[in-house]
Amino acid sequence: MQILRRDWYLDDAPASRLQANAGRLYRAGGLLLRNPLAVIGGAIILLLVLTAALAPWIAPYSAVGQDLSARLLPPSAQHWMGTDELGRDILSRVIHGARITLMIVALVAVISAPLGLIIGAVSGYFGGWIDKVLMGIMDVFLSMPKLILALAFVAALGPGIENAIIAIAITAWPAYARIARAETLTFCQADFIGATRLLGASHGRIILRHVLPLCTSSMIVRVTLDMAGIILTAAGLGFLGLGAQPPLPEWGAMISRGRVFILDQWWVATMPGFAIILVSLGFCFLGDGLRDVLDPKQGGKS
Amino acid sequence: MSAISLKDLDISYGKAKVVEGVSFDVAEGESFALVGESGSGKSTVLKAIAGLAPDWTGEMAVLGRSRGHRPDRGFARRCQMVFQDPYGSLHPRKTVDTVLSEPLQVHGLGNRDARVEEMLRAVGLDRRFRFRYPHQLSGGQRQRVAIARALMLEPKVMLLDEPTSALDVSVQAEILNLLKRLRAEQGLTYLMVTHNLPVVGFMCDRMAVMNRGRVVEIAPATALHDGSFADPYSRALYAASGGTAHD
Amino acid sequence: MSAPLLSVEDLRVSFPTPAGRVEVVKGLSFDLGRERLGIVGESGSGKSMTGRAILRLVRAPGQVTAKKMEFEGTEIQSLSERRMRDLRGARISMIMQDPKFSLNPVMTVGRQIAEALQAHERLSRSATRARVLEMLDAVRINDPALVAKMYPHEISGGMGQRVMIAMMLIPRPSLLIADEPTSALDVSVQAQVLDLIDELVRDHGMGLILISHDLNLVLRYCDRIMVMNAGRVVESCAAADLHRAQHPYTRGLLAAVPRMHETRDILPVLDRSDWSGT
Repeated sequence: MQILRRDWYLDDAPASRLQANAGRLYRAGGLLLRNPLAVIGGAIILLLVLTAALAPWIAPYSAVGQDLSARLLPPSAQHWMGTDELGRDILSRVIHGARITLMIVALVAVISAPLGLIIGAVSGYFGGWIDKVLMGIMDVFLSMPKLILALAFVAALGPGIENAIIAIAITAWPAYARIARAETLTFCQADFIGATRLLGASHGRIILRHVLPLCTSSMIVRVTLDMAGIILTAAGLGFLGLGAQPPLPEWGAMISRGRVFILDQWWVATMPGFAIILVSLGFCFLGDGLRDVLDPKQGGKS
Repeated sequence: MSAISLKDLDISYGKAKVVEGVSFDVAEGESFALVGESGSGKSTVLKAIAGLAPDWTGEMAVLGRSRGHRPDRGFARRCQMVFQDPYGSLHPRKTVDTVLSEPLQVHGLGNRDARVEEMLRAVGLDRRFRFRYPHQLSGGQRQRVAIARALMLEPKVMLLDEPTSALDVSVQAEILNLLKRLRAEQGLTYLMVTHNLPVVGFMCDRMAVMNRGRVVEIAPATALHDGSFADPYSRALYAASGGTAHD
Repeated sequence: MSAPLLSVEDLRVSFPTPAGRVEVVKGLSFDLGRERLGIVGESGSGKSMTGRAILRLVRAPGQVTAKKMEFEGTEIQSLSERRMRDLRGARISMIMQDPKFSLNPVMTVGRQIAEALQAHERLSRSATRARVLEMLDAVRINDPALVAKMYPHEISGGMGQRVMIAMMLIPRPSLLIADEPTSALDVSVQAQVLDLIDELVRDHGMGLILISHDLNLVLRYCDRIMVMNAGRVVESCAAADLHRAQHPYTRGLLAAVPRMHETRDILPVLDRSDWSGT
């Protein structure tokens, strides 16, 4: 079958749109796999996704079932990560917490990245007073510390994981808008934009089909690298009790509860902490690897 | 009816007036050159006609119709432009096929596959280039794609902004030949901007010499054979380009 | 006959690519005395790489090898980087294409020229300044004291190139390599800058290697010409003899350029099947 042969993808004279696009993806994928850190990062993220997807089946115990006779047990063969103050198995809670973490990260990315992308691209493309107004709004959001702004939103909307997600997304979009705007500015004077305008294409078409595709590379890289920060912000909110509410096994909330026992029963706070570190690292490695592949200056555009 | 008619054209970028009092007519089917050095305003005149330099005053008409200040769809079917830099005039993430189908999509024209193939043939590109990306093409090939894109809407007037100055000598000859052949085949009108006088001799019937935003002289291409320019700037340009005037 | 200024034998420059090692200069050999040599070629011919290879400015992963590369009797290839630095600028200089990119935008013109001098000669501040102004005058800049205080973005392209020339010639090198020195300039300014280079080269008895894609230009300003294609020299002759050139590539290149007194309907196009062209 042609589609399984390597040289179909690497063919210098592709015979169809499908072949050309597939070839591009294949080359980019190959480049990515050659970077060991990116592979590690990708593996960690894959692990996160699988853990979240298969949580009910791989968690050895229930995430919320209490067993007061087994409180604060250290890590052992029966409880790999020990138990917390209500006798719940920490490993199971961490595994179920992966779902929450993944949901937070995915929703924030899905809300803030396209929003920031479009606002930034429109701002950069039109310039003039549109640019000034949108930039002003961006500046207002950027000048406030992220965590404080998120805190304020959550405090206003009430604690809960959905509100935490909205709060984080609201603070995240300006950074993406900035990137999109900067990218747009680098090529909006280019001849190919002028040529497309000359064809009679509308501004909407140009932004959607010509400007946005060129911004997505840096967007993908930035979002991936930001995931770590988003996780930490969510954990911070959870730590302050403003994110996920008990008994939800959100990692930040778990650390917060474990604070009290940190000296004698270190595992209650530290195990979820390890999970956060591991996942953040995974996103960072993957993001760096993606940047090496997608960054135009490194010739990754093929 | 003249193909392009300019009268008292003044173009400004912000507060600075870069072109002043330009007036000339290009007849239908003619090949007219705008010659000058950098900063003379020649490319700006082209951009104003195309609608990419909107801050102008004066009278401008293309194929008998008065010209607005911005690009518009009707105008796109009458007049198109080829840009100087083959590396900047194609979107880096779109295949040749997408680039050539786009004009047809924007104007709702059908029969796209056939027209794209036909146009590739017309500009001398083999079928195997159809699904390549710009970085897989040489400078000359990219310029051919740019010319093909401009011709997709079957315009009658073509604005050429130094179409070969970024190309190698041997490739330049191929592209100039192509442009000349297309003009003969389709009865096109060319308004070509260039700083290279010998190219004018090969491609054009008449030329306007520009210096610092003004037209200093309009001369026939035959003036290049004997250097019979009236204006001292034109004469200096001719001499600097290696022309020997027979007085 | 005295020993040649520069003697190169079998120069090869190669770069790694995904498809294996590719040679961009394939075995170039020539001798240069105190004369003007023009190297002509299109993009990808290897002409710029040749200039850079002589100055040992080709960085890894590019590789430069040659059987012999002698400058003023000394083998350059075996010199340490420190000694090569002493050579660059002082004995061999290079002028590049676009002064916009080859001049430091945050230093005044005067300071840059002074720096070029101070890298090789220890002089007092006033002596340096005097030499800088003298050099600016030699490149026919009208108000040297005023221009010396300007920044590169405040001066025109032609003036920028003159500053470049001043910078490169102030240490009085023996050999000047000019890589497309006028390609970024207007036609009227090109002749002035080349005349200037020509005059200075002759006055100081220097050797000149003029690299360009413009055959006519090289014809006017050089004694000997080498035509390069795809890394090889296809033609090597005196400038006056170029019209009797034999190689089809050279003939094709000569014919493909439109002339001022143009009467042809079609420009002859290079048929690249005759040799392995780019």
